[in-house]
Amino acid sequence: MRAISFLRQFVEIAVAIAIAPLFTGWIAQCRAWLQNRTVPSLWQPYRMLRKLFGKDVAMAHNASPLFRATPYVLFGTMVLAGAIIPSLVTDLPFARIADSIALIGLFATARVFLSLAAMDVGTAFGTMGARREMMIGFLAEPALLMVLFNAFLLFGSTALPSLVEGSKSPSSVVDPSVIFAAIAFLMVLLAENARIPIDNPTTHLELTMIHEAMILEYSGRHLALVEWAASLKLFNYACMGFALFIPWGIATHGSGETGALLLAVLALLAKLAVAGAVLALIETLSAKLRIFRAPEYLGMAFLLAVLGLLVHLLQGA
Amino acid sequence: MDLFHSIPAMTSALSANALFSLLTLVCAWLTLALMGWLRPHSIRFVARVLFPVGALACLAVAVVAGVYLATGQVPQTIVLPLGLPDLPFHTRLDPLSAFFLLVLGLAGTGISTFAAGYFRTGEGTAPALLGLHYHVFLAAMAMVILADDAYLFMVAWETMALSSYFLVTSHHRIPEIRSAGFLYLIMAHVGAICILLSFGVLQGGSWHFTFDAMRGASLTPFLATTAFLLALLGFGAKAGLVPMHVWLPEAHPAAPSPVSAMMSGLMLKTAIYGILRISFDLLHLKLWWWGVLMLVMGLFSAMFGAIFAAVQSDMKRLLAYSSIENIGLIFTGIGLSIVFETHNLHLYAALALTAALVHALNHAFFKSLLFLVTGSVLHATKTRNLGKLGGLIRHMPWVAALALVGTLSIAGLPPFNGFVSEWLLLQSFLFTPQIASSFLNMLIPLGAAALALTAALAAYVMVKFYGVIFLGQPREADLVNAHDANWLERLGLGWLALGCILIGVLPQFAIGAAGAVTHHLLNQAVRPGSTMWWIAPIAPEQASYSGLILLAGIVAVVGVTFVLVRILAHGRIRRTAPWDCGYPWQTPRMQDTAEGFGQPIRHMFDVFFRMERHLPAPDDAAPRYRVAIEDRIWRGVYRPIARSVQWLADVISVLQGGRLAIYLLYSFLTLLGLLVFVL
Repeated sequence: MRAISFLRQFVEIAVAIAIAPLFTGWIAQCRAWLQNRTVPSLWQPYRMLRKLFGKDVAMAHNASPLFRATPYVLFGTMVLAGAIIPSLVTDLPFARIADSIALIGLFATARVFLSLAAMDVGTAFGTMGARREMMIGFLAEPALLMVLFNAFLLFGSTALPSLVEGSKSPSSVVDPSVIFAAIAFLMVLLAENARIPIDNPTTHLELTMIHEAMILEYSGRHLALVEWAASLKLFNYACMGFALFIPWGIATHGSGETGALLLAVLALLAKLAVAGAVLALIETLSAKLRIFRAPEYLGMAFLLAVLGLLVHLLQGA
Repeated sequence: MDLFHSIPAMTSALSANALFSLLTLVCAWLTLALMGWLRPHSIRFVARVLFPVGALACLAVAVVAGVYLATGQVPQTIVLPLGLPDLPFHTRLDPLSAFFLLVLGLAGTGISTFAAGYFRTGEGTAPALLGLHYHVFLAAMAMVILADDAYLFMVAWETMALSSYFLVTSHHRIPEIRSAGFLYLIMAHVGAICILLSFGVLQGGSWHFTFDAMRGASLTPFLATTAFLLALLGFGAKAGLVPMHVWLPEAHPAAPSPVSAMMSGLMLKTAIYGILRISFDLLHLKLWWWGVLMLVMGLFSAMFGAIFAAVQSDMKRLLAYSSIENIGLIFTGIGLSIVFETHNLHLYAALALTAALVHALNHAFFKSLLFLVTGSVLHATKTRNLGKLGGLIRHMPWVAALALVGTLSIAGLPPFNGFVSEWLLLQSFLFTPQIASSFLNMLIPLGAAALALTAALAAYVMVKFYGVIFLGQPREADLVNAHDANWLERLGLGWLALGCILIGVLPQFAIGAAGAVTHHLLNQAVRPGSTMWWIAPIAPEQASYSGLILLAGIVAVVGVTFVLVRILAHGRIRRTAPWDCGYPWQTPRMQDTAEGFGQPIRHMFDVFFRMERHLPAPDDAAPRYRVAIEDRIWRGVYRPIARSVQWLADVISVLQGGRLAIYLLYSFLTLLGLLVFVL
């Protein structure tokens, strides 16, 4: 029994690490379709990773050990987050080491490490990127917390497996507050993962970049790990959204073993396909905001989440 | 084997005599304070010999308090034959005081060890005076916590204020430091008067000033509220709660770094202790709106502190504002606990109080650590100005590594200790919908959002702090000569950093210690968890967290990834110049400055600041950019008060004409008046 649950855990981590670049590639493909460009291969992110792993690392003379350790720390935190989020099954041995609030903390750890590494070499762009990234971070966190507060009100838990099981139980009806929370979550997801309208993952236009500014000094295998961690982060956020709002297909306690797992993988792929298309559509339809419009954007996400909370509380009253 | 078997017997003997042992250790500090006078001008004797002994006494205090919390927990009292003839000093040890002594002892050990290596010849006052004030300060804090009557409490409280005042002004030849010390002294005394008045109300007409008598006094809600508000004002002034915070960002930077660490890490905690002692122990009733008041003040202080910390360009002022933030978080937890308690949700009250207590412990560790780090940086670079630092990780690797632990802890990141208490606090916020008051139900989630904003802002502030000091390129040429801290300093920093990590990965012990306190005060304690692997304060399916497995998991994944990358790819590194974007004339001055890092905050939260900016003209040959940021409360509240006091003093000084005849006339008129009054 224990061995099987550890096996499931291992499968989930492996799936997360393997699929994450695919998801990024899929979004890029959808965007290219929508923008009438030649469509890159679905395997492009993997090719890029292989190429980067093969290259030498060109590192600044004054880079410190912190700079060299950060790609590994980023990758480590993101893999661990992938192990905690129930993307395929809820009965995970690792799921209990962090509830969703601790998960936000884990993402924050990764963000702080990346920002510190960006400041390490001491170029103007790195520091600017770090400052902007931290700014987006402190604006997004309250909104995300309100979304989780809402989930707690509905199902009495902040642990993601309990949330999945709660929302899958036949007695639960879709609460109107969920819709507000879902929109808020989507907005936070876009901001936290350096997507349009806050940041543009494909830009190197110097004055507008955030994430790209921070990783400007990275190259070779370090850059490969940072990029992989970034796709894992997007994948993790997507899976967190699935667990919170569309948990169908995730294998719960007591469901059949191999069949349920296979079904869960298929459901995950289907959900990722739809989510990728939706993200690409949003990114195609919207323009990048000025950096000082970011507080308004994330303020709106926060207000939507609070609105959801109030809707729920008023219903109860 | 014999030794192993005698450990239980020893601990029970220690636990039974805990209060006596603690008082002995306080005497040891006082002796150390006086021993400096054997060789008053020898920094080697006072710092390198007496301070390490003081650190051992700190450790002993921590051990005794810890053993007491783990085993005894029965209150102990001793009446000392000191004080006035019919007013002896009462002392008492209960879990609440033991917890704060544990905080004092654990953090004090690190600070005293660091201080042993820190003080140099020719800095500030004479070594003997320094040792005297320092150890009297420690002893006074311990006596504040052990006092069991208002008389001893106030004596210890005032001794604490005065000794710390002398420590703050040890560089008294600098006018700014003198005025900072003066401001501190005024605020300390305004606070002390409020506390004294609060005790006056608490005795409830019995005119007995022992805490036992106050516990028995039954006050009307009006009197109880008066006592509570006076205590909140008095202890809030000491803790640095907004709007009584103005002295804190002035006095903390002025003091030598180990003293800043003691004041921020330990002295502010005595104020937390005081407010807990009065509101949870001495007052027999609580009203729900007290909790709301503390909650609102705490959250506002927390946000205020974080926002102001983000715009500072002096590293010690930044940390001082960050202390205001953390004190705000502690007050938030206490306030929430009162709200829960008055709505009969005792378990959640215990959870919120646990969060506040654990945060007090954590803050003692990481804030002391960071203040001591600024001390090392100050000695190495002679500047506190963030604009003149940078790149120190390459010249001070030890300090930088230990500072990173403190930075990650204070930023509230898992798996370090700051996260544990913030997580507990957020968890307790989650249960507010169970309060049977729809008004509070609506408002308190917004409090949770403010808490999240504060925590994330703290991360922003700390990235600025660490990044500008230790990372990047040196902003001044002579920073390359910066030297690392000496071994005593490293030992002290290492002790505190170790504490940050251990409380982070094994929070069960800290939560257990806080549980002894909540059990004593509220008859409820949260369970640290079903196993020792994770904490699940209410129920494991609701929320759980394990710092240990989290850390182990990250380390394991990082290790495996590193090995795999080395095997499957390669480990080649080519050192080059940084990417200059095609513009080779870049200087270290072009890095983001502390002011630049604060710019988004100034932009977003401009209602909080009074800001004066001078931008250079476009054709200015020697451009200077100047920005001055001022606290609105300073201008709006304190300046008018200072002005009216000045005005009043001017009016009264008319009486003081300097002529003897006039003074005789005053005496005559007074006598006449008295005669009329009597007849």
